[in-house]
Amino acid sequence: MADVGTLNTTVAGIDAVAPRLGEGPSGAKPRPALSSRNIMLYGTLTIAALYYLLPLYVMVVTSLKGMPEIRLGNIFSPPMEITFEPWVKAWAEACTGLNCDGLSRGFWNSVRITVPSVIISIAIASVNGYALANWRFRGSELFFSILIIGAFIPYQVMIYPIVIILREIGIYGTLTGLVIVHSIFGMPILTLLFRNYFVSLPEELFKAARVDGAGFWQIFLKIMLPMSLPIFVVAMILQVTGIWNDFLFGVVFTRPDTYPMTVQLNNIVNSVQGVKEYNVNMAATILTGLVPLIVYFVSGRLFVRGIAAGAVKG
Amino acid sequence: MTGQAQAGRPNKLLRNLNAKIASIPMILTALVIFVGGTFWTVFYSFTNSKLLPRLSFVGIDQYERLWAAPRWVTAIENLALYGVLSLIFSLVIGFMLAALMDQKIRFENTFRTIFLYPFALSFIVTGLVWQWVLNPDFGIQSVVRSMGWTSFTFNPLYTPEIVIYGILIAALWQGTGLVMCLMLAGLRGIDEDIWKAARVDGIPMWKTYLLIVIPMMRPVFITTIVIIASGIVKVYDLVVAQTSGGPGISSEVPAKYVYDYMFQAQNLGQGFAASTMMLVTVAIIIVPWAYLEFGGGRKRG
Repeated sequence: MADVGTLNTTVAGIDAVAPRLGEGPSGAKPRPALSSRNIMLYGTLTIAALYYLLPLYVMVVTSLKGMPEIRLGNIFSPPMEITFEPWVKAWAEACTGLNCDGLSRGFWNSVRITVPSVIISIAIASVNGYALANWRFRGSELFFSILIIGAFIPYQVMIYPIVIILREIGIYGTLTGLVIVHSIFGMPILTLLFRNYFVSLPEELFKAARVDGAGFWQIFLKIMLPMSLPIFVVAMILQVTGIWNDFLFGVVFTRPDTYPMTVQLNNIVNSVQGVKEYNVNMAATILTGLVPLIVYFVSGRLFVRGIAAGAVKG
Repeated sequence: MTGQAQAGRPNKLLRNLNAKIASIPMILTALVIFVGGTFWTVFYSFTNSKLLPRLSFVGIDQYERLWAAPRWVTAIENLALYGVLSLIFSLVIGFMLAALMDQKIRFENTFRTIFLYPFALSFIVTGLVWQWVLNPDFGIQSVVRSMGWTSFTFNPLYTPEIVIYGILIAALWQGTGLVMCLMLAGLRGIDEDIWKAARVDGIPMWKTYLLIVIPMMRPVFITTIVIIASGIVKVYDLVVAQTSGGPGISSEVPAKYVYDYMFQAQNLGQGFAASTMMLVTVAIIIVPWAYLEFGGGRKRG
């Protein structure tokens, strides 16, 4: 089976190269702008870019049309008459099951899930990583190895035992239960991230603090934390996007009135009853994708770092 | 776990207690959820649990029933086809995009942003968008028909034989950006002098890529393959959003089979057996990878 060393090299490999992604062109002087090679190069890239942008364009355009216009035309034609009604409807009126208060309910559920999950999982994982880097004890590496191998086990294998545990505690179907689940499954990759980061800090720093008589928590709070802002930001991006986009845990561990946004979105769009309102569906889809998209555009290169380090989590 | 400090670190003795207390969540997760949960599920896959888990053992009955179920066989076939194709295509497309991006182009940031943004979106969002783009009455098919080819048919999501390709298109749209990023990072790690040397020797560019650069990028490729493969086994949301497994059972995947049997059909035993098979699949991916990393890697020095 995979062990810690392997994964370390994997993630370390990404860590080493990820910062270089942003390096701009350097070296040889530019060739003439309109060579046939350049036309090929930019042509191919532009066509590829259009392919990636197309669905976004279709989403936006559809969400701004009225239903009669959708029935008449094709999905690529721009709206003749822009209307924001689908957006209002998606946010406040669309029905899922018995509730007809739109995505707003799912949005606030997702916020109430994401915020504590991110804080708790990062708090636990950063302390774990710190303990593993600086305060190893007998067995700590073993638990860590289990944790990392666990990251590869399909969630489906562990889901039912968790359902039983949460049911026994009496929090199955609540947001609290889901927050715990996210904290558990965020642990492997975040712990790895923090452990590698803390290992990379100069050991003298830690030793000097020890000599000065600082203890476990003191060193963590006063020395390690202030030095690790970048890795905290990376972990936060990873968790916010990951938890916001989650569907499986949401659908297993919550009930209709506590559904996160992704689950509610799927129920709105794929509900079988009634007329399909494609414009409302697309507005709802954009609304659900908005939070991770904003995180992506605002965080830029840090997103790449976080996702590359966390991609094993899937 | 007594308070013994690890050998070679003399300054830590019994005072490591704080670290142990702080590690309790990790220890619990590792032991209870990852080890305990996994063994629990494997254990109960040998029972005939229905609505509730119960301890009446039936041997490998559940597995026999599983492999006799057309729905499971379809799910496995879909996963195999989808897995192989998405592995090949995402590596090829990701590498080609990265190679193009590595040609000292202008607007590199813009292109990278465009190629990667789908990865920020959830599989549910991806699935719903592509469900719309591939909609036969309004999407690509209707557009091409309105341009004159009235017999043009491109309707993957409602055609059982090709529905898995419809899902593949969406999956590639979502995931190739990440592969491109990893590959680009790998290419940037290749020494500039290698290119110069190849140029001096008059080796054509494609040959340099194929014979020198790609072999040098072996670690990046392995990492990428492991990342893609572990995502493939878990594919669930995308199918739910795009087709709900339909038409019929033609886009069924193992992860969905597990969910449906555990939480909808109230047939826990089947769900456990199916999820154990997923675990086996992952082990089949991980073991050769670990072997490559250690066995193969060491020999090469």
